Amino acid sequence: MVKQIVFAITLIATLGIFSFTINRIIRFFKLTRPAFPVRDFGKRFQITLEVALGQTKIFRRPFTGLLHALVFWGFCVIAVGSVEMIIDGLFGTERVLKFLGPVYSLIIASGDIFGLVVAICIVIFLARRLFFHIRRFEGIEMKSVSHMDANIALSMILILMISLLGMNMAYLESHAASAGTVAGVYPVSTLFAGILSGIPAGGVSVMYEACWWVHILMIFVFANVLPYSKHFHVFMSIPNVFLSRLDALGKLQNMDNITLEVKMMLYPDAVTIIPPADAAVERFGIMDVEDISWKNYLDSLACTECGRCTSVCPANLTGKRLSPRKIIMDVRARMKEKGPGLVKNGLTWSDKKSLLRDYISEEELWACTTCNACARECPININHPSIIIDMRRYLVMEEASAPSGIKWIFGNIENNGAAWHFSADDRMLWARDISIRTN
Amino acid sequence: MNVIKVEVPVMANLHARGEHPEYLFWVGCAGAFDDRYQKVSQAFVKILAFLGTSYAVLGREESCTGDPARRAGNEMLYQMQALQNISLFQSYGIKKIITICPHCFNIFKNEYPDLGADFETINYLQFLDQCITEGKLQLDARALSDVCITYHDPCYLGRANDIYFEPRSILKKLTGNLVEMERNKSFAFCCGGGGTQMFKEAEKGDKEVYIERTEEALRTEAGIIATACPFCMTMITDGIKSKNKEDEIKNFDIAELIVKSLNL
Repeated sequence: MVKQIVFAITLIATLGIFSFTINRIIRFFKLTRPAFPVRDFGKRFQITLEVALGQTKIFRRPFTGLLHALVFWGFCVIAVGSVEMIIDGLFGTERVLKFLGPVYSLIIASGDIFGLVVAICIVIFLARRLFFHIRRFEGIEMKSVSHMDANIALSMILILMISLLGMNMAYLESHAASAGTVAGVYPVSTLFAGILSGIPAGGVSVMYEACWWVHILMIFVFANVLPYSKHFHVFMSIPNVFLSRLDALGKLQNMDNITLEVKMMLYPDAVTIIPPADAAVERFGIMDVEDISWKNYLDSLACTECGRCTSVCPANLTGKRLSPRKIIMDVRARMKEKGPGLVKNGLTWSDKKSLLRDYISEEELWACTTCNACARECPININHPSIIIDMRRYLVMEEASAPSGIKWIFGNIENNGAAWHFSADDRMLWARDISIRTN
Repeated sequence: MNVIKVEVPVMANLHARGEHPEYLFWVGCAGAFDDRYQKVSQAFVKILAFLGTSYAVLGREESCTGDPARRAGNEMLYQMQALQNISLFQSYGIKKIITICPHCFNIFKNEYPDLGADFETINYLQFLDQCITEGKLQLDARALSDVCITYHDPCYLGRANDIYFEPRSILKKLTGNLVEMERNKSFAFCCGGGGTQMFKEAEKGDKEVYIERTEEALRTEAGIIATACPFCMTMITDGIKSKNKEDEIKNFDIAELIVKSLNL
């Protein structure tokens, strides 16, 4: 009974802190602009099945991709066991889902195997981060706190897996000693449970309780640490994939407010909707975090800083300052910094800083070739170029700021309808002397 | 063997005569003005003449699609260009547009519909591959069979629009010796020209993007780098020049290779 009360209090505290965090994030989302209407649910379920559950994009790097997929699939299976632990903890039951029979055995057996598999993957991940110099994990945006963040999350997962296996082993050993019926199948723990045979029965049950508490408390801590770490990825990436942009990668989003203005200029008689003169003037493009869309913000929360984007960026690989991962991390960091002030004081509040320049420099923005390698690579369909182009839109349309070569082509397009300085009258010069041979 | 002159039909003239060609061939600014890439426009119209395709160009009525303005953030200028182009297309009743430039292709196909365009956009490689499949275009593989060719995927055909198959399908008809670079198809490395980089100095770095890509192409030891984009052509040709490899490797557009094979 005491255990149930303690457990219930812990669970309530966990959920309390969690809902506080989520509420804070929802308020940040309310600051953002519209991105696109969410429809085509069939297509969205299909993308979620492929990219999230099937992990198709992460397999573009087969070795680390497989390790990640195993960890992901392991989490999915082990989560069922975690739900059972919460029910057991609240109601004082033991292995309450065992009524599911063979299905239960299958889930528990998979969880037991994945416990070991995930632990091995995590050890490899930690080793890669601690002992190998991997370029993808470096870069101007990767501060020591980013590395620590990664190592802490990996260590927590390792503890989760060790406590899971320890719990299973102690469970098997205590039932073996008392000749009780074992619920579920434990292919991995069975192999190692014998290690515990020398320990007296009291010790085994203490070990079971200890592992049980460590595992469930670690889940609770993990759940509340995640939203403040890059591993918020664990919660946000499936929604992010479901809410993917469905357009071809080459497509940029139309600015409908500009369309109205241009139509009023070109065809003044044909435009029937004229905005009222006192309508709020919306800033063109992105200057700061209040200009981003909900999708930009969701992208930034789902990013786990894996750096696959930056590792294929032609600008970054040739030594330019641009790093697509940094753009996404900057969006998140800036919202964390400015979001609370905006929530409190309204969207017009300023802290004399901005995403543009204080976080992301013009040099970075103009280095992008819009090749879409970053977006193609991102395992959870983050779209980096859309933010870069939106920031260029701010620079060009609000500040008339651009490199001289770019200003030159704007002038040419306006004056003679081509990026180069040639007259429309010369457009057929290429076609003067063409002939073909025929038989 | 006869030599016949190819007259490129202009939409306004055909329209005046009451004719309605099936396709508009959108030449693009590079196709009209860039010295090197003009040869690609010429190659493509030679193929169209050979096929007897019903088409026309806009000539002096053609204008920038607005793509470089849009990628550089000038949405206002892009939309001015786009709306005027769309109204021109509508006035001629144009239903199908063929482009050689992938940037023009992408913006017509993906972005003009947001502004009310309703025409089909076809990339020339899709068109040519279709003609080969239907047997209208029979390529003589002997013309290039001894040459090793590598293909550089333009970002705006590849990743932007998932066109990887057609260029390779055509090139396999031209040579039995098509080799891939280390990074190809959706992994392909950019030439460095997109997103208006073509028109500005590169930001400070250790290397030019086009040098990185040219080095990768040189490692294949191919004799020809086939491209399908005016910007890629400028970048790769510059890369070959700055590596002093003009004698060992040449850069051609796929349309030019077809013209060679057909001996037009």
